[in-house]
Amino acid sequence: MPEVIFLLLRRMRAPLVTLISAYAVAMLGLVLIPGETADGEPWRMDFFHAFYVVTYTAPTIGFGEIPHPFTGAQRLWMMFAIYGLVFAWLYAIGMLLSILQDPAFRRVVDLSRFRRSVRRLSEPFYIVCGYGENGSLVVRALADEGIRPVVVDSDAERIEALKVEGLTMEVPGLNADADDPQVLIDAGLNHPDCAGVIAVSRTDEANLSIAVASKLLAPQVPLICRARHRDTEANMASFGTEHIINPFDTFAERFAMAVRSPGMYLIYAWLTGIEHQPVARPLVPPRGKWILCGYGRFGKAMRERLAEEGVDTVVVEAEPEGTGAPEGTVVGRGTEAETLQEAGIEDAVGILAGTDSDPNNLSIILTARELNPNLFTVARQSLGRNQAIFEAADLDLVLDAGTVLTREVLGLITTPLMERFLQLTLSQDDAWANVLVSRITALVGDELPHTWSLPLGVKSAPAIIDYLQAGHPFQLGDLLTDPRDRNEWVPALPLLVHREGAYHLLPAMDMALQPADRILFCGRSGAAHHMAWTACDHGALSYVTTGDDRPEGWLWEWLARRGRGAQA
Amino acid sequence: MNLEKTIFAFVIVLAMTVNFGFFYGEVANPDHHNVYELYGALVVSLIATVMKLGERTQIGALLLATSLVADVQLIIAVLVWGTVAYVTDTGLTTHTMAAIVSLSGGALLANVVSVVLLVAETIMGRR
Repeated sequence: MPEVIFLLLRRMRAPLVTLISAYAVAMLGLVLIPGETADGEPWRMDFFHAFYVVTYTAPTIGFGEIPHPFTGAQRLWMMFAIYGLVFAWLYAIGMLLSILQDPAFRRVVDLSRFRRSVRRLSEPFYIVCGYGENGSLVVRALADEGIRPVVVDSDAERIEALKVEGLTMEVPGLNADADDPQVLIDAGLNHPDCAGVIAVSRTDEANLSIAVASKLLAPQVPLICRARHRDTEANMASFGTEHIINPFDTFAERFAMAVRSPGMYLIYAWLTGIEHQPVARPLVPPRGKWILCGYGRFGKAMRERLAEEGVDTVVVEAEPEGTGAPEGTVVGRGTEAETLQEAGIEDAVGILAGTDSDPNNLSIILTARELNPNLFTVARQSLGRNQAIFEAADLDLVLDAGTVLTREVLGLITTPLMERFLQLTLSQDDAWANVLVSRITALVGDELPHTWSLPLGVKSAPAIIDYLQAGHPFQLGDLLTDPRDRNEWVPALPLLVHREGAYHLLPAMDMALQPADRILFCGRSGAAHHMAWTACDHGALSYVTTGDDRPEGWLWEWLARRGRGAQA
Repeated sequence: MNLEKTIFAFVIVLAMTVNFGFFYGEVANPDHHNVYELYGALVVSLIATVMKLGERTQIGALLLATSLVADVQLIIAVLVWGTVAYVTDTGLTTHTMAAIVSLSGGALLANVVSVVLLVAETIMGRR
């Protein structure tokens, strides 16, 4: 704020000097010009009355000629004085208004307001660089989770859009280039509550420079970066970027997972699901010949992953030389029936439309479906606003890079144990996955399962820590007992327990808990609250473990002790 | 030769000299202190303040501070004069005159500091 005041005052110098001079000259004239009283006695106006007269004439109020009617000479002087004073005021006010509306000044005001709101943040927050297709989804998801984002985007229109987005919390936004290190500092990189930087700008170069700057300026702040190309990914990893997300690679990996084990895919899709988005349906991509239209970054990732699962793909690409398409590539866009027939659409089991144009992708799917109605259809959606037509096309699966990215980012931030859990599931077989799917379905029904982790620490579970330190055993099953009725279970499933570097997948209910354990749960929304009640409230904990309602407060505790003493 | 610097120095030195003109004389004697000089001192001091507004250098900030001190002292002096002459109608007694002149004396000290700072800055700058 001080810099704004300085700027304003510096530019107001000339009008203020004009105003003071106009007052001074007008007053001096009034004092020097001889006047007379009502009786004709000679009289000179003093400075006090001169200031009074000028004060009310300058803003054109005009109380009249006081204390005595003016002489001709005084009136002549006043005439000129009023013109001068009114002009001086108009000049000053006009200048003030033009400064306030000046775009350069507005930028300074916005920057200073942004800095102030970032400085005042007193909760962990994430700096999101880039508020485009992907960034806006990430920001919305974070806000819905109650995690505060701070947004930086070089496009003024996007920042305007942020202001009218209607998010559930106040999100500070700045229109500036995030690859400028100073901007990152303004956005709170050195703030003690800065929990991480999420770089999702339009270009890989911008993300890379954000990553470098933030690693050098604040090495302790975790970094999540979006990379479009493999070499960027390697570059980012080389200087210790914690998490690099390549949405196409991630999607291809998940798709390959669905081919290998549909149950595993479903677990993955559920546990990384985003609120307010449709719940993932079971997906069983058939094995056989797939047609892949568009051999760009997405096409390459898909072909590679599917080949690992032993699924053959026929590539259709308009520019085979430029993209380095494999041998046997059919030349064409795939939007025409001839090309698709040449690629063998009649005996294919599925089609992947992965060009960078949304209309072309839909056109490919519609043409292919006419030629072979039984195809499994997958299309890539680039623009969020095309959601309605992609839904109307009734595809088996849509790749929306923004959603994939948001799921990954959210998973990393809200449930850090989740990444580990999902890695561990990869070594399990399909049957294991199917059992888990049915257990989760039994818990949540049609809803999206919520996931949360509970660290057994002094802050998050004070009651349990006290209980354990008093030497009582506390089992996982106790934590899952409903604190309102101990004959019921909390609708939640423990997925993973992390203890001293070891991970226990799907722990048993009779597992004895220890302080500093971290437990990952999934379950119905609201279950986390009941669990937190047991973890934080001594009364609830005592009820859950023993079935007794523990007396609260010194008086009742004393009475209860007396009562027990009398019985004994 | 820098016109901006010249005007700036002119105003600051003028604020001091005019104020000195008012201050000089027997403290409690109204005949030794001209009302026009007090008026002039206040106007020039206000202009000097405005010319320092928005200065972000260390010296600029100090100049602004001293100038504001001079303004406050002079405005209080003028208020005292206006009050005794037109509000309470006690007139300019030796007591009130002494108060007014010593207030302007305080302002004069601030003016002197301003000028010293200005000279110091000029010498340090060597331009």
